[in-house]
Amino acid sequence: MSDPILDMIKKEIEGNTIVLFTKGTAEMPMCGFSARAIAVFKEMGVPFKTVDILPDPRIRQVLSAYSNWPTTPQVFIGGKFVGGADIIAEMYQNGELKPLVEQALKGK
Amino acid sequence: MDARDIKDKIEQGIPGARAEVSGGEAHFAAEVVSPAFEGKSRIEQHQMIYALFRDEMARQEIHALSIKTATPAASGRRDA
Repeated sequence: MSDPILDMIKKEIEGNTIVLFTKGTAEMPMCGFSARAIAVFKEMGVPFKTVDILPDPRIRQVLSAYSNWPTTPQVFIGGKFVGGADIIAEMYQNGELKPLVEQALKGK
Repeated sequence: MDARDIKDKIEQGIPGARAEVSGGEAHFAAEVVSPAFEGKSRIEQHQMIYALFRDEMARQEIHALSIKTATPAASGRRDA
């Protein structure tokens, strides 16, 4: 019995080079941490997708089990879990994020 | 649950950990230095800490826990 929510999550991860599972959307983030992660990708000017987890509480449960990460936002790049707001901010500040993003976008 | 409880739980739960925890009202920030992080990716280091608070986070006693981790070597460079 496949789980439609898990299928949706996997589809978003595999279908988008950069996808952020957030509370709220890029236009209307509903949580400071989600907003911070979104701002990083906006500043980099790269295409990214956000998936709002608020409409259905099961999304967060299935997602957290899938990535073994209890909080949001959760950022996936090139199909791989990269981290939450802290790790993304840290990687952006120390210059690790840009090459990872550029390489993933090229690899597409 | 306050910053003191979180600090104690991290220092008991992660071998050789030194934790600085700030915050309140379910929003906390923790800086943790431990030799146990050696050879682990940043995600794995953070997951070690989140694993200690699975119940508190499920009960929303902790709503947000932002984390910064380092090995003693890495943190030494930063303090020098």
